Amino acid sequence: MELMTPLFIILCPAIAAALILPSRNHPNIREGWTIAASVIMFSLVLSMAPEILKGETINFTLFHTMFQNIDVGFKVDAFGEIFAITTSSLWILVSIYSIGYMRALKEHAQTRYYFAFCLAIFGALGVALSANLFTMFIFFEIITISTYPLVIHEQTPEAIRAGHKYFVYLMTAGAFLLFSIMTTYYLTGTTDFAAGGIKALGSIPQWMLIVLFACFLLGFMKAAWMPFHSWLPAAMVAPSPVSALLHAVAVVKAGVFGIVRIVCYVYGVDLMHETNLWLALAIIASFTMIVGSFFAIAQDDLKKRLAYSTISQLSYIILGAALLTENGIRGAMLHIPFHGYMKITLFLCAGAIIVVTGKKKISEMAGIGKVMPYTMLAFSIAAIGMIGLPPVAGFISKLYLCLGATAVSPFGYVFLAVILTSSLLDVVYFVPIIHTAFFKKPVGEIGGSGEVKARDAPLLVVAPLAITAIFSIVFFLHPNMFYIRDLVNMAITNLFGGI
Amino acid sequence: MLPVEQFPVLIVGLSMFMAYTMLLAGYLNRKLPFFMTLAMNSFVFILSLFILNHVLTVGPIRYWQGGWRPPWGIEYVVDAMNAYLLVIVVSIVILGLIYSKRNVEHEIELQKHVTFYVLVQLMICGLYGITITGDLFNMFIWLEIASLTAYALIAVAGARALRPALNYVIMGSIGACFYIFGVCWLYSVTGTLNFADMRLLLPLVYDNHAVQMAFAMMVVGVMIKAYIFPLHFWQPDVYTYAPSTISSLMASIHVKVMFYILIRMWFSVFTLDFIRQFVGLDMLICWVAAIAILVGSIWAIKQRNLRRMLAYSSISQMGYLLLGLGLSLFSPWGLVGVVAHILNHAIGKGCLFMSAGAISQQEGLRDVRDFTGLGKKIPYAGAAFTIASLSMIGIPPTAGFASKVFLIIASLDAGQYPFVIILILSGLLNLVYFWRVIDQMYFKKPEETKDVAVTKEITRKLPLSMAAPMLILASLCIIMGIIWLTEIPQPLINQILLNLRMGVTI
Repeated sequence: MELMTPLFIILCPAIAAALILPSRNHPNIREGWTIAASVIMFSLVLSMAPEILKGETINFTLFHTMFQNIDVGFKVDAFGEIFAITTSSLWILVSIYSIGYMRALKEHAQTRYYFAFCLAIFGALGVALSANLFTMFIFFEIITISTYPLVIHEQTPEAIRAGHKYFVYLMTAGAFLLFSIMTTYYLTGTTDFAAGGIKALGSIPQWMLIVLFACFLLGFMKAAWMPFHSWLPAAMVAPSPVSALLHAVAVVKAGVFGIVRIVCYVYGVDLMHETNLWLALAIIASFTMIVGSFFAIAQDDLKKRLAYSTISQLSYIILGAALLTENGIRGAMLHIPFHGYMKITLFLCAGAIIVVTGKKKISEMAGIGKVMPYTMLAFSIAAIGMIGLPPVAGFISKLYLCLGATAVSPFGYVFLAVILTSSLLDVVYFVPIIHTAFFKKPVGEIGGSGEVKARDAPLLVVAPLAITAIFSIVFFLHPNMFYIRDLVNMAITNLFGGI
Repeated sequence: MLPVEQFPVLIVGLSMFMAYTMLLAGYLNRKLPFFMTLAMNSFVFILSLFILNHVLTVGPIRYWQGGWRPPWGIEYVVDAMNAYLLVIVVSIVILGLIYSKRNVEHEIELQKHVTFYVLVQLMICGLYGITITGDLFNMFIWLEIASLTAYALIAVAGARALRPALNYVIMGSIGACFYIFGVCWLYSVTGTLNFADMRLLLPLVYDNHAVQMAFAMMVVGVMIKAYIFPLHFWQPDVYTYAPSTISSLMASIHVKVMFYILIRMWFSVFTLDFIRQFVGLDMLICWVAAIAILVGSIWAIKQRNLRRMLAYSSISQMGYLLLGLGLSLFSPWGLVGVVAHILNHAIGKGCLFMSAGAISQQEGLRDVRDFTGLGKKIPYAGAAFTIASLSMIGIPPTAGFASKVFLIIASLDAGQYPFVIILILSGLLNLVYFWRVIDQMYFKKPEETKDVAVTKEITRKLPLSMAAPMLILASLCIIMGIIWLTEIPQPLINQILLNLRMGVTI
């Protein structure tokens, strides 16, 4: 059905960005715009869910282009809605957190920070809602450009070097994406997403399909699959809220979202089977899952370890989609919001530690659990979820992924083994952090000399991470929070035509 | 009812008349010529809008000078293509003139102001003439007027600009000679100089070697004027040392009008059938263009002087236009790319040269490495530069993205994947050199140990008359980027395709 809602959703962060610039001398008003925009946007996104659950898509065509069959416009289906809900709900919390974090650290250039942040969210929501590859590309490039000032926020030579790396990878990815989108358009005459894939692709020679798919994958380097992942750890020089929302949720999930779109909505399940591309994708994902975890173990910098953990977890989603089974895709789609909530908690905790103690290395964090009990409690909950243990949401999505893996006929158990091994590795790199934080004797200055005094981060910092941690549990107890379960079911029904 | 059919001749006639009146008025008051040329061109702007409207609603305008019927008399023909070009030229001229006011006061000695503006007005008049004429020889006249004044305007900067100007005089004259030789041979074979007449007569003598040679000479001549690789070598020095106003006018419209001559040759005199009979010429042109795109960008990456970098970037962008022209042999989208890129590059490069001029005027800086912290010092020029460079790189939704997509579709239509890759690669190369500047301006921290020259006067605020044109062009980069993607320009483009006899519409 035709509704203006997608347009209003997209306008929220855009207008906020436009309002932030003139109010640069009034910090409270400036941050007020962000918060207001995020709240309005989330309620608008949520208001679309009931309609979508009726089995409809919400369409809004912005304008027709001169190219036949390409419109720039939005079409919100269940899958897009899941990503939109994840991003927009977390944006509220991260905006609040940003205020606490940026002010506590007295960061410079805050106006630029909030402005670019709004634009990045604008891009991410645009990706979630877009109706076709062409529209998606436009928003993809907006994400890339607008996150650059955030990555190099510190403006130190190190940050600039990291920013350049980030930019080179993502702009190259953009080039590949443009190439593959235009080629798809030329070969099929359309770029619209369709639940069963674009039919006209079926008549293309197989080698072209494979090359095209490779270009698409390179175009979605934002998903940080190995060996094209190194921009993500580099991007960790950004302030923590950026790492949290953008480099754990919005940007990287946009990449994964794109891959799932390609697998399920452009190529389609059948074509992926015929060409055996699913196997190639699954192997890449498995490789990334295992190797990413090993890299994570080797890191001493907390944010870098979390970044490698993100790389590994993103590939769960890719693997789930690549398996092409109902439960696999279900697990992949559920993992988008669930991983988002858990990983953002972890990053927000890492940021809170920086705010209070200024420490970034895990080895220096001995006894920090006593100093910052709430933060580290939230961290532990999220870590348990990442490992995939109940009672945290990660359990549900991993369970579905495992079920999906067993349903694959020849290599099912191989992929099951991969998932379980990776989970085991998750234990190896998360438990030591918790152990260090709670059970090791603090060395030197951490709690002051003598008595350890609890001095947790400011309320604006702790509250958001507590909320995300609580939600990680709520999602386990009540997966239909924010309609997530129903939306996933709806998406699966659309893809497989009824359960 | 307005006599719109008379407007084309009114434009060139009045412009020429105004140029000489300005010289006289300059004796009375040195400030008058600027206002006179501004008023004149604003008037032309209104006329050009009427012309565009008339062309799109009624049809092409044909004006016979002195009532002499063509092919004996000189005919002025305005169809959708040149009406569109005319509007672009006039708009940029007006913005450029507004920008020039304070810039010229800064860069050029007071006693030269009168002649400067007279020459500018004459150059503009020449550009108008090229744009609306329908006669090969008449086009040569206007071409020379536009070029001779340009030589002088470059030399106005004095000192370092003299050598480049001399270079340009020599190269430009060679180009003009090539062109006029071609015209002579065509005249000797066909006995006519009128475009439309020539187009009718030429098919009979397509295999005549004189005609083929004439084509080659005219193309080479225009290629020198439009600095298309590999005939570009006079250009970087000129753009680096010319007055800022002239650089921005030349890079944005002067070269577009030169390129327009090529478009006319291509479609209205020789037609695509003529070009298609040379097997392999189509691919040759495309590959020359592709090499131009890459080589221009790579040279630009090597430059440290901002204006020289922009100059090489222009060479690369002219490659886009030539590629579009080559691809138009296969697909109408090639021509659409050319049409779009003429506008997109005009606004983008005009804006870039204007901000480069503002930077050197306000801060005295030319070397990109010294730009640290400029984003704070001259925010408007910085913002304009950033947006225009995004357009050059081709980030959606800026204008450059639209041209890139049009050309990519044209290459795909032609079945030439290498050009798709080259176009996309060129975007990345552009990113390298433009982003370096943006990085310096906004993100690199100034080195605190290095003591800044204390002698420097307190930074003056950028005058509004310089900031406004830049910002208008920068916002046009985004507005046009969106408009090109929508259906709005479709009627115009279809009309152009029709007038240039592509035989297809989109």
